[in-house]
Amino acid sequence: MSVLETTAWWSRILNFDDYGRLLGLVQYSLLAALILGIVGGVIGVFVMQRDMAFAVHGISEMSFAGAAAALLAGGSVVAGSLIGSLVAAAVIGLLGAKARDRNSAIGVLMPFGLGLGILFLALYEGRASSKFSLLTGQIISVDGPQLGWLIGISALSLALLVFMWRPLVFNSLDAEVAAARGVPSRFISLLFMLTLGMIVSVAVQIIGALLVLALLVTPAASALRVSSSPVVVPLLAAGFGTLAAVGGILLALGGALPISPYITTISFLTYLLCRLFGKRP
Amino acid sequence: MTDAEQAVPVLQLRDATLAFDERVLWEGLNLDVQPGDFITVIGANGSGKSSLLKAILGMRKLTAGEIRLGGQPVRRGDSRIGYIPQQRLIPRGTPMRGRDLVSMGIDGHRWGMRITGRPAARARVAAAIESVGASSFAAQPVGMLSGGEQQRLRTAQALVSDPVLLLCDEPLSSLDLNYQQSVANLIAQQCRDRGTPVLFVTHDINPVLPFTDRVLYLAAGRHLLGSPDEILRSEVLSDLYQTPVEVTRVGDQVIVIGAPEHHEPHHLEVRS
Repeated sequence: MSVLETTAWWSRILNFDDYGRLLGLVQYSLLAALILGIVGGVIGVFVMQRDMAFAVHGISEMSFAGAAAALLAGGSVVAGSLIGSLVAAAVIGLLGAKARDRNSAIGVLMPFGLGLGILFLALYEGRASSKFSLLTGQIISVDGPQLGWLIGISALSLALLVFMWRPLVFNSLDAEVAAARGVPSRFISLLFMLTLGMIVSVAVQIIGALLVLALLVTPAASALRVSSSPVVVPLLAAGFGTLAAVGGILLALGGALPISPYITTISFLTYLLCRLFGKRP
Repeated sequence: MTDAEQAVPVLQLRDATLAFDERVLWEGLNLDVQPGDFITVIGANGSGKSSLLKAILGMRKLTAGEIRLGGQPVRRGDSRIGYIPQQRLIPRGTPMRGRDLVSMGIDGHRWGMRITGRPAARARVAAAIESVGASSFAAQPVGMLSGGEQQRLRTAQALVSDPVLLLCDEPLSSLDLNYQQSVANLIAQQCRDRGTPVLFVTHDINPVLPFTDRVLYLAAGRHLLGSPDEILRSEVLSDLYQTPVEVTRVGDQVIVIGAPEHHEPHHLEVRS
């Protein structure tokens, strides 16, 4: 590769010409990414404790199916993705109280959702780039009112998490004792699943259905490597999530590539560093 | 203790019956629990031991009869009851220290987040930790502690809300033998020192035999209540099971031979 070619190649990946103007265009996308980074990091701590990484992936595929259906029907992609998410979350929450039942329910749902989504996309005659972006992220192409919805859903999820915080911690640690102390296990589990569904539907828009785990699991997994304080872990996870989501958009802005690889790379590097320097063996 | 307080038992079961479909777990159960009582509930798997605790916790409705705590019908989530579950190892990487586990006994069931800086609550947590001898490891991540240490903390969690009744659901199972004895001692000591009555569910009476005032023996839909010496006898248990059962004592250990483990094997074990 010549020097010129290398430079051109790099400028596709990182390019900061015209940065100020671009920044103005994406300020709402950044706000959405900021809230998702926080709420995704925080809920990730519970996803890890409740052993639900697989459920997150299953919900995101159903969310993809919902978004694809909305695209085909000419409706709101955000609404479609939210409906798909919530249905999947409710089904998983109701069917699978035990981890094994849950995993089989997810294993059945996931390919079905993905298949449906692919069917809808194949039938869709619009722009090809909107098709692909549902799987791999599209925040920059989401328009104003839709972005407002994403921000609203994220903020509501955060509020719900704060509301159910203590009973959720108790239930995640020791469901039996929590129930004995009056924590309504079923209600908490279902509320958690629906909140998770809401957050996944936002993450699908920002990072894509296939890469949701980078914002919903990796930040929490990183935080758990360096601390075991119930206060520090969620704060760190929120910080790592924000770093990846916002940092990813900022780095991707000038280049010509989708933002997802930037987010996943930051997220992954954070995890590597935490793993290397974390005190947990 | 005044006569008036003595008059109302801490816990009162009147003709309590629990049945699932056709199957009766226990019926006509009458039990008065007074402060300082240590009552050991024993029986085969599926005899309804855990269901009894669930009923007292207000999580399972009786088929007939009633249960009263301090004179009032039991209700769900009553903070006057402390509950120690079976030991299940808390996984490593759980973001929680020993004292966080204990403090959930105070406000873990409340909505919202904890507002920090409540010295009174912190002092109660520290006192509970001190009383179970867990001070040296209370600041460590719970997932790094041994099963016995975790069970000490769970005992502190159950005691931190100053319960009037302590329910223990096989808290010794899956613990090493030496931990079994130390956790049993700990619970019995709390029962003595605080006067908190204990209902201790177990399938092996030996670790708690020295502390046991009364035995509630559940089997095949029937039950017996009495002192260990009254109940743990060959003819008494043979009559309860309606099959020859031999009770022998080896040193200070009681061994029951011939008690059917599953008296009705086609029924599912009832737990939740």
